[in-house]
Amino acid sequence: MRLTCPFCGPRDRREFHYYGAADYLNRPGPEAAASAWDDYLHNRDNPAGVTQDLWYHEQGCAAWLKVTRNTVTHEILAVDAVAGGAA
Amino acid sequence: MPDLIAKPALGHAPLTLAGTTLTEEPQARITAIAPFPGQTDAVARALGMAFPAPGQVVESGGRSLVWAGRDIAFLIGDAPTVALAASVTDQSDAWVTLALRGPQAVAALARLVSLDLRRVQAGQCFRTGLNHMPLVLIVEDADRFRLMTFRSMAQTAWHEVQDALEKVAARAALTA
Amino acid sequence: MRIDSKGRIDRSRPLTFVFDGTSYAGFKGDTLASALMANNVRVVGRSFKYHRPRGILTAGSEEPNALVEVLGPSNQTPNTRATMQELFEGLVARSQNRWPSLGLDLLEVNDLAAPFLSAGFYYKTFMWPRRLWEGLYEPLIRRAAGLGRLSGKHDEGTYEKAWAHCDLLVIGAGPAGLMAALTAARAGVDVILCDESSEPGGRLLSDEGAIDGLPAADWVAGVLAEMASLPNLRLMTRTTVTGAYDDGTFGALERVGLHRRPRPNLPRECFWRIVAKRSILAAGALERAIAFENNDRPGVMMASALSTYLNRYGVVPGKRIALFANTDSARNTARSLMAAGVEVAAIIDPREDAAEEPGTTVHRGAVVARARGRMGLREITIRKGASETRLSVDCLGVSGGWNPTLHLTCHMNGRPRWSADLAAFVPNDGAIPGMLVAGAANGSFSTHGCLAAGAEAARASLAALGMAAPMAALPQAEDAPYAIAPLWQVPTKKRAWLDFANDVTTKDVALSAQEGFTSVEHMKRYTTQGMAPDQGKNSNVAALAVLADATGRGIPETGTTTFRPPFAPVSIAAMGAGGRGAGFAPQRFLTSDRASRDRHAPMIEAGLWYRPSYFPKPGETTWRESCDREVMMVRSSVGVTDVSTLGKIDIQGPDAGRFLDFVYTNTFSTLPVGRVRYGLMLREDGHVLDDGTCARLGETHWLMTTTTAAAGLVMRHLDFVHQAFCADWQVRFTSVTEGWAQFAVAGPRARDLITSALGRAPGLPFMGCSDVTVQGIAGRLFRISFSGEEGYEIAVPTRYGEALFRDLIARAETMGGGPYGMEALNVLRIEKGFITHAEIHGRTTACDIGMEKMVSAKKDCIGKAAAARPGMTGPEREQLVGLKPLTDSPITAGAHLFAQGAELTRENSAGYVTSVGYSPLLKSHLALAFLKNGRARHGETIRLVDRLRDIDVLCSVTGPVFHDPEGEKLRA
Ligand SMILES: [Zn+2]
Repeated sequence: MRLTCPFCGPRDRREFHYYGAADYLNRPGPEAAASAWDDYLHNRDNPAGVTQDLWYHEQGCAAWLKVTRNTVTHEILAVDAVAGGAA
Repeated sequence: MPDLIAKPALGHAPLTLAGTTLTEEPQARITAIAPFPGQTDAVARALGMAFPAPGQVVESGGRSLVWAGRDIAFLIGDAPTVALAASVTDQSDAWVTLALRGPQAVAALARLVSLDLRRVQAGQCFRTGLNHMPLVLIVEDADRFRLMTFRSMAQTAWHEVQDALEKVAARAALTA
Repeated sequence: MRIDSKGRIDRSRPLTFVFDGTSYAGFKGDTLASALMANNVRVVGRSFKYHRPRGILTAGSEEPNALVEVLGPSNQTPNTRATMQELFEGLVARSQNRWPSLGLDLLEVNDLAAPFLSAGFYYKTFMWPRRLWEGLYEPLIRRAAGLGRLSGKHDEGTYEKAWAHCDLLVIGAGPAGLMAALTAARAGVDVILCDESSEPGGRLLSDEGAIDGLPAADWVAGVLAEMASLPNLRLMTRTTVTGAYDDGTFGALERVGLHRRPRPNLPRECFWRIVAKRSILAAGALERAIAFENNDRPGVMMASALSTYLNRYGVVPGKRIALFANTDSARNTARSLMAAGVEVAAIIDPREDAAEEPGTTVHRGAVVARARGRMGLREITIRKGASETRLSVDCLGVSGGWNPTLHLTCHMNGRPRWSADLAAFVPNDGAIPGMLVAGAANGSFSTHGCLAAGAEAARASLAALGMAAPMAALPQAEDAPYAIAPLWQVPTKKRAWLDFANDVTTKDVALSAQEGFTSVEHMKRYTTQGMAPDQGKNSNVAALAVLADATGRGIPETGTTTFRPPFAPVSIAAMGAGGRGAGFAPQRFLTSDRASRDRHAPMIEAGLWYRPSYFPKPGETTWRESCDREVMMVRSSVGVTDVSTLGKIDIQGPDAGRFLDFVYTNTFSTLPVGRVRYGLMLREDGHVLDDGTCARLGETHWLMTTTTAAAGLVMRHLDFVHQAFCADWQVRFTSVTEGWAQFAVAGPRARDLITSALGRAPGLPFMGCSDVTVQGIAGRLFRISFSGEEGYEIAVPTRYGEALFRDLIARAETMGGGPYGMEALNVLRIEKGFITHAEIHGRTTACDIGMEKMVSAKKDCIGKAAAARPGMTGPEREQLVGLKPLTDSPITAGAHLFAQGAELTRENSAGYVTSVGYSPLLKSHLALAFLKNGRARHGETIRLVDRLRDIDVLCSVTGPVFHDPEGEKLRA
């Protein structure tokens, strides 16, 4: 598997650390309901198809990346820098 | 009281195999410059050097600014003397720099680095791994490279580059 | 038997080799198989289950029979295909799966017991009584089973792993692959051409065809000469592409040194990861057998292999040969053999309309019913209709048609499709993104078809790479149509072999169907069909056809055959190259490493770091003596230890304080410059991530310390929080762990030592920090403690670390102090009740460790919301306590805690021990533990049980801080 880091270009997946679903980007506010925190922390879809997850270019530029990929075809549809700013 | 004595990361003599030489470079002044968000241009102006795009090395006045990750670069050479809108840390002691120069350099690196080094040229650099070790790979030329990795891992890095070079040399000897 | 003037072997370079203790002669260019054949060695192995004598079946990597052990100075490599092992001077090989010898194998009794050893035998026979499994059945099966043996020693051979990149990977260098690679390379793209043989050419070297009016081998030589002039083409011979993976990544195994005597540093094998933008699979096709009674007798082999042995190695395996084939390709074999002066006694062709063949007899509409000759074929029985005739032959070439070598197209879940015309599976387009299949691998079996398909695949690949693809004239070659009358088995009541390596017969497949295992996946598992080293390359399609017959279905309805990586076996040594011993992970060495080793300190691995365990003094014979002394040294005078392994993250920017408030539970923005604060960091799920101190070096400049274990983790976490939630905040952080050597100085005389080293008093309050000059070098000084004594940490740039460590130790020793190691450090922190990742192991909350008050109510922070959720706090949770055994007895980490009188069940476990040590100060073993509602239970007696180490001790529950609970020593 290879991911194209928006900063570093195409790299082998060994350079990346997998974190989890991109849901982690949507942090509820401190006053949010308990159910919002449960959904944020624990409740996940497991789609056969397009999914988004977070990868860290640990052996690279240290950017956090949001990867859009298809779990059925393994196609990587997009790799975006979580903080933006990539070329 | 006498001053403390500085030690090199390794103190190894250069090693040449199959015309390709591995050396421990003298310790240089390395300053990591990480501009605060939105301040990259201001930092570049203050430094008097362009801030490198990903994978680039900018040279100016005997100093080089090596892209070293997301919005961070290593200034190799004299430390900046002006205040910068950036995090500035002295990294001179954090890295060991090895150099691998010669016709088998790319072949040896193919044993250590997963990158495509087919058409590299001066002015390029990469953040990647030297096997399991962090690596800043600076291209001096198509067959001349500088390898920066964590100083505490210098022994392993040297050993692994030497091992790759020995294998490449053994292969080269078959056709020589 | 050698045939003069035939073959590509170098007769000017004779070689000697040893097989089963006998010395033989061969030539450079031989494989072990061809050389054994030249020496008339017919039996080369024994089968897996029945131990039947077996000969060479094929001439390629699919060989199921001729598996041998190759013995080297440092290696014993089992299951080496004699058909792939190139001969070299001094090669030593041994047959396997026989005892005591190939000629006399006592386990051949299994063959007589065959009626009891049918499919499912293991499942049925060894089921009960259950108690006999470990003692009897399993050792028995293990003795009898297995193909080849390992030496039981370390493999000291050299292996390597490497990466390669290209625009186009061409897999297979037969006519299609050569044409594809040449076309693409001429257009200027970077091409890697892999072929598993020692010499490119594929079947062009085996068959006596012509291309452009030249012998095909001459055309190959011309192509190779041109390729050698193209710097953008990389030819990798002896390289088997073993797997196709996501995004253009391929695995490939190169035999670098297996075909020569070992040389220093020369790898035996190299495992390549090849990254290609596009790929062309031109792996050819594999000839398949026809099952008939005793078709596994030595001397029965593939017809195409006969051509290979004759034309490539100049050797034939018999004097009087027959051919049994349902396609025309075997006719070329017959003609080659006859032209070389070998008698072809008959061609048995099941097709009623088969052509005559000058020079031999063609039995049309006939089959071979059985073979005779246990140690080597003597006779075949030809059956036509109801009549049978016998024919004396010593070799039979069989062809049941061709199966495209489409294995790689299945590696990403692609399923091949049945072609009724070819009576074979063919690959589906797009099975591997970016891959085209060309030539015989795609069902084009003529030479012209292969050349045309190779050129076309190259043009299509070039177009996909955005390159113009010039048309070039195709070389002229035969374009015979492929005519086949499918024939999978000749009916028999006896055994007819499908999977030679695993001894699976047509009967076994029929039995599988009869017992209800009619799905191909069930049949494979029931019979072990296709599970041997050849992974069914020779037999899966035929077995599927036999299953279809047995169940009365068509082949496409019965199922498909699919293949997983690797295409050919890959040695673990190659895949794990570089990972042996210390190669497994980088070693990180402290600047004090040499000085510690000079003092004979044993090293202990802490993550990747090597840290001194203890510093033995003369006369000390156990680690405990040294550890006890070092603990008392710190408590009574002064100790020095290297703490450079702790993560150090430099944080700068106007928003640094705000950022720290967000990642730590407690508030940092209010910390004055020059002060240090202990901080607790949570994961977003409310559990403790890490702890450590953070110093404010300047108005907008901070230095965070992490634990050794979590340094990388915390950096990743900070990067996530910043990039995901507050990327616009004016803050950046950089790891400076590697840049500083830092030493803890602790004990009642720590201040004296620092004063001596700096030449001035430190002048720091508890939890203070400042820049200092250490013997001419700019450094940093922190007054912090992980021991409970007055403590300092002094840091200098890494290059000065060794000098400072030696200096501090020398000064300490003049004060009755000295260095201390990890063991003493651990006891000191347990005495003081300080936690490490033994306690914050990922399942503990701030409340569990008694730090709930550190979660600030005034601000949000990572993990705060989840930490307040039900179940994360409260007396039902296990809370940090201290334990002290009531008797002088050792206690162990991992032990569980029980109320006195409670039954020792999992449900009754009230907690567990995380850290233990012997306190020479308190003259007692001590533990830190988690105990349900522990904070309310100080003073209780609890039972500590470790059933693994047979420990059962009553302990009193205490607070976790055993030493100086008020912290008076720290603040002194
Ligand atoms: Zn990157």
